[in-house]
Amino acid sequence: MHWLFYLSFFKVLLLLAITAPVALGFGFLGAMAARSHFPPLSMLGKGYIAIVRGVPDIAFFMFFVIALDQAFEWTRHQILCPEWTDPIRQGNDFIVCQAAKLPLGSAPEWVHETYGFFLAVITFSIVFGAFAANVLFGGMRAVPHAQLETAEAYGMTRRQTFWRILVPQMWVYALPGLSNLWMVLIKATPLLFLLGIEDIVYWARELGGYKNPKFTQYPHGDWRMWYFLALLVFYLGMTRVSEIGLERLMRRLSHGQATSGGELLRKETTA
Amino acid sequence: MSCLQTIQDYGLRSIGIGERLLPRNDFTLCEQFTLIGSGMIWNIYFGIMALATGFFLATALAMGKASTNKWLRKPAEWFIFLFRGSPLFIQFFFAYFFFLSLKQSYPFLDTLTSAWLGALIVLFFNTAAYTGEIFYGALRSIPKGDIEAADAYGMTGWARFRRIIWPTMLRLAWPAYTNEAIFLFHATTLVFFSAFPVWQQRGDALYYAGYFADKTFNPFIPYPILAFYFILLTLVVIWGFGRVNKHLNRHLPASKRSKMKLRLNLAR
Repeated sequence: MHWLFYLSFFKVLLLLAITAPVALGFGFLGAMAARSHFPPLSMLGKGYIAIVRGVPDIAFFMFFVIALDQAFEWTRHQILCPEWTDPIRQGNDFIVCQAAKLPLGSAPEWVHETYGFFLAVITFSIVFGAFAANVLFGGMRAVPHAQLETAEAYGMTRRQTFWRILVPQMWVYALPGLSNLWMVLIKATPLLFLLGIEDIVYWARELGGYKNPKFTQYPHGDWRMWYFLALLVFYLGMTRVSEIGLERLMRRLSHGQATSGGELLRKETTA
Repeated sequence: MSCLQTIQDYGLRSIGIGERLLPRNDFTLCEQFTLIGSGMIWNIYFGIMALATGFFLATALAMGKASTNKWLRKPAEWFIFLFRGSPLFIQFFFAYFFFLSLKQSYPFLDTLTSAWLGALIVLFFNTAAYTGEIFYGALRSIPKGDIEAADAYGMTGWARFRRIIWPTMLRLAWPAYTNEAIFLFHATTLVFFSAFPVWQQRGDALYYAGYFADKTFNPFIPYPILAFYFILLTLVVIWGFGRVNKHLNRHLPASKRSKMKLRLNLAR
């Protein structure tokens, strides 16, 4: 049974690999919306950024997992069972017709698990998308205004200015924030446990415990402390590796930029 | 049952005063508001206590990390890396099981496994590490002239620290520290969702919100209530820290006085 524990490490890495680009995409959309000159859209973008700030992220995790699930089921219900007349919320129950259940009651176990994981990925992406939107929005505002004015003077349209001038330059300003975000994302992955995924926290608790009904082959005392120590070391390692990687990326992006970091690189090479 | 009655019954439920049984069905809006609000007592308790104690350790850590003595610098660096580099969630789990095994060898350490002390210790170390890093950053950006001026006046050691370095460090670090305080309050919601058990259903705000969401299968009421309370708490924290910021900057001419930026960071 221990291979499930090792497998769950890959679950964490998979979550990171999917969530990071998706959240960045959400963030980009959010930042674009916040920059928009069309008031409802910019308010939507700014509201999206602001609300995540004031509320603990864990509350969002708990909320979205149920809310998304119900939203999907409700939509399917409306499409698949139009003749259904009973109200969906009956007292303390949420009832949709059998065909609208997600995943279907007859689906095999792995579909249930994949669906749960899928919900978790979307939830993470929504929450971290808001964080990323804030960082990217700040990055876009940090690009020197003269650059944009020059582009306009050359007769570029707003769209051209955005894609050709603003976007290539904003990354170096956004990177410190984004790398911070990456660290926070790594440190948020154990929250998968709260979303009902059998992740490393779940397995550490199960395998480390004693008197376990599931696993009687390896009787041992309470080793949960050691299992969690191992997880602690795992995360510390991840953090350290990311720090080194991000440092390299920053060096590369600073190359030839008109920032103090870029200036430092220039001096290093000329000296 | 009137709302006033509900508040009397459940207003202090989270610390064990009032009705013993939680409402089981037909939840009213008032009940949800009261119980989740009652749970906020724990969040505020953890937040304030951790901030108050963590502040001093953070100052020590920052001084340690900035020290030229290897024996002071290395432990401080490692402490900060350990607590900033790993998830708080895992720290809670590890600490709980660590305390649990301590308890078996030394029964008098019994209270460590209860949330009010055990979780507080973890939060204390955690916020001290984050704040220590903030203070360290501020310490390094103290204007050179300030310290030279202190030297010129013949100030050394404690006097120089107390009157020049420390106030300037606080002044520079304050906006970032405000941010950390907000995140600490948010982090307190993790306490009862990690290993620490909820004793007699005396939980924090998220615990009660989760309770209602579980029972009604309707997340659209309890979680927005929780959000409402936390936004309120965030505003209070910003206001309180803003007052202190004003006090710290009171010697500056009004034009130079840095207005604390309301656009704070999103992530820790």
